[in-house]
Amino acid sequence: MIWDVLIAPFAEYAFMRKALAGAVILAVSAAPVGVFLMLRRMSLTGDAMSHAILPGAAAGFLVSGLAIVPMMLGGLVAGLVVALLAGLVSRLTTQREDSSLAAFYLVSLALGVMLVSLKGSSVDLMNVLFGTVLALNDDALVMIGTVATVSLVGLALIWRPLVAECLDPTFLRSVSRAGQPVHLIFLALVVLNLVGGFQALGTLMAVGLMMLPAAAARFWVQRLESISGLAIVFGVVSAYAGLLISYHLSIASGPAIILVAGAFYLLSLVLGRRGLVFGRMAPTRHRIA
Amino acid sequence: MSDAIRLTDLTLGYDGHPAVHHLDGAFAAGSLTAIVGPNGSGKSTLLKGIMGTLTPLTGRIWRGAADIAYLPQSAEIDKSFPATVSDLIGLGLWKRRGLFGGFSAGDRGQIEAALAAVGLEGFARRAIDTLSGGQMQRALFARVVLQDAPLVMLDEPFAAIDEQTVGDLIKLIAHWQSEGRTVIAVLHEIELVRRHFPQTLLLAREPIAWGSTPVALKPENLQRARGMPEAWDEHAPWHDNGSAHSHAHAHGEHVH
Repeated sequence: MIWDVLIAPFAEYAFMRKALAGAVILAVSAAPVGVFLMLRRMSLTGDAMSHAILPGAAAGFLVSGLAIVPMMLGGLVAGLVVALLAGLVSRLTTQREDSSLAAFYLVSLALGVMLVSLKGSSVDLMNVLFGTVLALNDDALVMIGTVATVSLVGLALIWRPLVAECLDPTFLRSVSRAGQPVHLIFLALVVLNLVGGFQALGTLMAVGLMMLPAAAARFWVQRLESISGLAIVFGVVSAYAGLLISYHLSIASGPAIILVAGAFYLLSLVLGRRGLVFGRMAPTRHRIA
Repeated sequence: MSDAIRLTDLTLGYDGHPAVHHLDGAFAAGSLTAIVGPNGSGKSTLLKGIMGTLTPLTGRIWRGAADIAYLPQSAEIDKSFPATVSDLIGLGLWKRRGLFGGFSAGDRGQIEAALAAVGLEGFARRAIDTLSGGQMQRALFARVVLQDAPLVMLDEPFAAIDEQTVGDLIKLIAHWQSEGRTVIAVLHEIELVRRHFPQTLLLAREPIAWGSTPVALKPENLQRARGMPEAWDEHAPWHDNGSAHSHAHAHGEHVH
């Protein structure tokens, strides 16, 4: 019985196994990036970047149809260009980065939808926007694995300067010129993860596996390492439970994964140690010093 | 005495509007100087210039030592970030550990010693969002101790902290000077400056006075500093540096 409900779908169907592998790798890779986005008060930047990669993916689609590699490469290029332009505009003018980012991603989104509609149908558009996790093939898995490896190694390398840049940017500028490059590398990792999640969950929902586990984990633990670890756990469990629910109830799998992550967020918001209920309860005991 | 920092006809500012205007002078090596002036008089801007994060519009800054220990205004630190006191002050070892190096047992000992020097024994593992304003400032001073730099610059180190903390930190500053370090601090409390800082630079965008504190802080000088026009004039004519600039083509030409 338990076997039938929890294991059998993955044991019996290769497409379920591949979907699980893809979603789990993505969760592991994207969650820590999401933690830093949240702590840098850039939670909505992930969303903006996910729109920004659309014209690149669409250009790949125009050239070679629904093939994974060209679409991902196109998305990567478009995302990096928008991130760089937004950063450049904020440095060269008095416009802040968030407003220039908004301007660029809105233009990108319109451009992307227009490009897809030139050749494809609305079904294609749905695929690009919301993904098809049950259709992951070996090529896509290799791509996702590569993205995850680069992302995790990259994040480990810039971990300390990134922490310094979040915590005390003025001080970092006084001892090192690493601040600006580290910020750009970090944005590149955000784009990379969104592109990696793009076939599984689509450009728009890939952000869900990035931000929801991070936001949920923040309600439970204090230390940066613990938040990242817990976010990964939430993400992985969301991927597994979401696929299982979508299998048994025959509902769309991408949204199911993100909705489970959303449920974790709501539960944490209410029940977490720093959430609505326990975070507000005055401690009845205290230490003497 | 040799100089630690020399400023030559220095003008610093944003968008061509000067925040510090035609400043000439030097900070002697091993001196203890307070920078005093009304809000918007260019004090923090001058520190940024000396640090090298702001390029001068005109003039030059010469700096003997490359290493600076800088204490930013505490408002610029994200206290909600999930970091411990040890994480925050460990940044002081940046120059020696570089971007990627981890901390050795010796480093941890140094962090403990720096915390003890500012009266925060046992705080290493505390989360920074649990610190009071005074404890935060002590922690930042511990980071300066760890940096062990010949030049120390403090931006409003005593804003909104209690007397006892100020007293302890003043002692630490005096100790740094006795070790031969050059210390520059932006301050607001005139009395505190009179008691503890031998040198003063009184700034109101233009230098009003620079030298020994009793002379620099004479009443007539303070009166002049208070008279500084706060507003910055969008249409102020471009400064004439010997060659005529017309308003129409002058934008950006104040840089020489």
